[in-house]
Amino acid sequence: MKPFAYVRAADVDEATRAFAAHPGARYLGGGTNLVDLMKLGVEQPSALIDVSRLPLDAVEERDDGSLRVGAAVRNSDLAAHPLVRDRYPVLSQALLAGASGQLRNAATTGGNLLQRTRCPYFQDLSKPCNKRAPGSGCGALDGVHRDHAVLGHSEHCVATHPSDMAVALAALDARVELHGEQGPRDVPVGAFHRLPGDRPEQDTVIRPGELITSVVLPAARAGLPSAYRKARDRASYAFALASVAVVLRVSEGTVADVGIAFGALAHRPWRAERAEEALRGGPATPAAFARAVDLELAAARPLRDNAYKVPLARNIAVDVLTRLAPGAAT
Amino acid sequence: MSHEDSPLGAGRALGAPAERREGHLKVTGRARYAAEHPMPERAHAWPVPATVARGRVTAVDVEEALRLPGVLTVLTHENAPRVAEPDDPTLAVLQDPRVPHRGWYVALVVAETLEAARAAAAAVRVEYAVEDHDVTLTADHPEAYEPENVNGEHPTRREHGRPGGADAAARVDVVYEVPPLHNHPMEPHASTAHWDQGHLTVYCSSQGGTTVRDTLAALFEMDGEHITVIAEHVGGGFGSKGTPRPDVVLAAMAARVSGRPVTVAFPRSHLAAVVGHRAPTLHRVGLAAAADGRLTSLSHEITTHTSRVKEFVEQAAVPARVMYGAPHHLTVHRVVRLDVPTPSWMRAPGEAPGMYALESAVDELATALGRDPVELRIVNEPEREPDSGKPFSSRHVVDCLREGARRFGWDARDSRPRSRAEGPLLIGTGVASATYPVLVSPSTAQARALPDGGFVVRVNATDIGTGARTVLAQVAADALGVPLARVRTEVGSSDLPAAPLAGGSSGTASWGWAVHQACTALAAKLADHPGSLPDEGISADADTTGTADADSPYARHAFGAHFAEVAVDTVTGEVRVRRLLGVYAAGRILNARTARSQFVGGMVMGLGMALTEHSTMDAAFGDFAESDLASYHVPAHADVSGVEAHWIEEDDPHLNPMGSKGVGEIGIVGSAAAIGNAVYHATGVRFRALPLTPDKVLTALTG
Repeated sequence: MKPFAYVRAADVDEATRAFAAHPGARYLGGGTNLVDLMKLGVEQPSALIDVSRLPLDAVEERDDGSLRVGAAVRNSDLAAHPLVRDRYPVLSQALLAGASGQLRNAATTGGNLLQRTRCPYFQDLSKPCNKRAPGSGCGALDGVHRDHAVLGHSEHCVATHPSDMAVALAALDARVELHGEQGPRDVPVGAFHRLPGDRPEQDTVIRPGELITSVVLPAARAGLPSAYRKARDRASYAFALASVAVVLRVSEGTVADVGIAFGALAHRPWRAERAEEALRGGPATPAAFARAVDLELAAARPLRDNAYKVPLARNIAVDVLTRLAPGAAT
Repeated sequence: MSHEDSPLGAGRALGAPAERREGHLKVTGRARYAAEHPMPERAHAWPVPATVARGRVTAVDVEEALRLPGVLTVLTHENAPRVAEPDDPTLAVLQDPRVPHRGWYVALVVAETLEAARAAAAAVRVEYAVEDHDVTLTADHPEAYEPENVNGEHPTRREHGRPGGADAAARVDVVYEVPPLHNHPMEPHASTAHWDQGHLTVYCSSQGGTTVRDTLAALFEMDGEHITVIAEHVGGGFGSKGTPRPDVVLAAMAARVSGRPVTVAFPRSHLAAVVGHRAPTLHRVGLAAAADGRLTSLSHEITTHTSRVKEFVEQAAVPARVMYGAPHHLTVHRVVRLDVPTPSWMRAPGEAPGMYALESAVDELATALGRDPVELRIVNEPEREPDSGKPFSSRHVVDCLREGARRFGWDARDSRPRSRAEGPLLIGTGVASATYPVLVSPSTAQARALPDGGFVVRVNATDIGTGARTVLAQVAADALGVPLARVRTEVGSSDLPAAPLAGGSSGTASWGWAVHQACTALAAKLADHPGSLPDEGISADADTTGTADADSPYARHAFGAHFAEVAVDTVTGEVRVRRLLGVYAAGRILNARTARSQFVGGMVMGLGMALTEHSTMDAAFGDFAESDLASYHVPAHADVSGVEAHWIEEDDPHLNPMGSKGVGEIGIVGSAAAIGNAVYHATGVRFRALPLTPDKVLTALTG
């Protein structure tokens, strides 16, 4: 087997230093995806820097009313946290819609954001995949792609990002806090993941060696009506065919604030900015919701076998918006 | 049948919900499976699958692999031990350079550890001469042909009467499609082999150790007495372990070459290509009926695929020969040899896909006639088996339909499609019948009475999770007339009396018959032997050859009925089963607890067949896209609610001494049709290609 070093870091600085000292290293969180990929040969790290025991396992309420979620907080713990359940139900619902109980017990907040696509071509070393082996081609483009992207894809890659959690975070306008050699910085979740373009090997904007330290849930969207809906092949333990996270504040029949993000449609959680803009300040009615969502999905370019995703995404988005808008449901 | 009337005499064990005897071992993790037998010096092997769909291996470069730490050897077609030509060509591994399908094994790395073997397998460089491949099954494929016979040695084609006879009040002529499906037992295929002074011992995850031993004896040209095959605990098989698979051949080869014990445990990602699958079936079903509902013609035509390696033909038109008669009755199979992995048995081969199509078409006919689908089936209940003309030993499908309808509340149903909604959910109910043949094979067994008052029953049965060792103890206890707790069962080793495999829902009948015979003989011996027993006890042997396999003048099948209630979400196209109820007539139920598990397990697998399970042939690469349990969707707990299994006690004297029919497979037969029929009733849309995933359902609903 390919030997690798295992380093258990005590703090963030030690972790980033250890990463820098081991070219080809990977940070190890819950390992629910990385270890699988190592078994498949997709990942062959020289070292695993275990960050699962860093002191990043707390959910703290900050003075400004926001919540800071440590990168090592387990998905199960985050979903069950009273403040999350109370103020950000969409996040709790999204987490519980993902994976299985056992996986959620192991998976971390940071690791969930950094999980790789489950595209079968990405996971099979014997097949072309530009994400895994740049320049080798895309097996899915004309292959088996019922589960693949309809928005934002390129001729180089049609993979989707598999996370449920990240979709809720995008709708909540959460921010990812990073720590790297050049110190800390933060990035909106909606801008953290990339579209594939001609560099599908790059999932996110993270810089080499940077470590996710936390995710901040903004006060501005705390306590607003919010919900997550996921459509899938079986009732649990299945990746989304399409999902939507919605945060909606309606004031006197008018949309005062709205955040909408789709999952399983694109290489990243798809923030529906056009739809949000169309809705903001307008009537909170099913017809308006449908028009706004259609506007967003007009950009969809389905592949041969995944056109169903467009009406599916539309339906679940309109359904959730309608349910969240007081009096809109008939 | 009351116990007093039982052919087993005064016993009370049979029928009781006895707990499975190995349950505690399993839930505490102490039950050992085939890859879990550590031995000194044990090595691990990892196979290398072909990465082309068709061609020949032109070169294998093992230099880099051999240089890696811990690697002992690499076997290829150039250096692997030669084996005699097997009856099953899928076992001729590493014998020649041909690549008949993607995933066919082209090398095997043997190393000190699993991890070293896996890493070295990735370092083996294989070059191929690639040929064009064809993996796409179509109903009009130019190379489709009618084989001589189909699985189960049934004739390919049967036709009675002539087409175009009586006037029909209604007709259906429709096509259905069942995709490739995979067995995916929890325990992947694995074998640990060890040669010691000419004796080969193999721990093998198999449904039949006697078959494994006989196969290895033929392949390695040795006497079966020098081979021991142990399959004490098996983590499921669903047919895919019914006969030996390449793991056991590779393990025996690797152990011979390396001189050490070797474990070969196939990774989940390889299984789709190397241990069999349910072949896809394209069905064309034609039904016509007179105004009274009686069928005037029935045709069921199958097109399916097999591999270049061997011909296996899913006998999906065969159940039509059992279920319904018609003045014109045609059943026929066609098969296409493609560059695909070799299909094989998967739970109720033939019946499961065949009854999906047939029972869906009967539902369509009921709609066309404006008749209740339960009543339409009752009207078409045949007097004798339609194809053979034999009388049924027992057939209580009508009772199952009526009892199921009563329990399910069928009478309250509004038969109009799309007549029931709950907000965005459309609710529907459906029904389908079930059938599975009574199969039985000869077996041997031994029963021994010990001086301490205990009894030991020895038979090379395999408990693949069914509770076989428990039920056999019940058979023995009643035949001996002793309490169940005094009987110990020894199963799962080829050093025990030879026995057939656990397959075709035949295990309990086959082994139980021999156990019953041995125990009856022992009881007679004991009656002649008053006083204390010798230290070694007294034993009796049985061999049911000539009796268990004697031709029967009766058509012998289990029957049943399935009722389903579904909710179809018009927002997403998601279909969820709310209730699934089965009623079965399967002879005498020998253990209420384990039989119920079998019925329910079959129904859940039918649910998966209806809604979630499918393997997608990747036309460009020639393999199945789903390679793990995250992508091959067997139902999860959240998918399964409201499942009920019931049965009607049948008194059938034409079966075996226990009066039982098999229960392992009938639960999957027709359950998918009941669910599909319920989806039609809910939505008014007839789906004819499984599974009913949201992409298909939503697309149809939004039209």
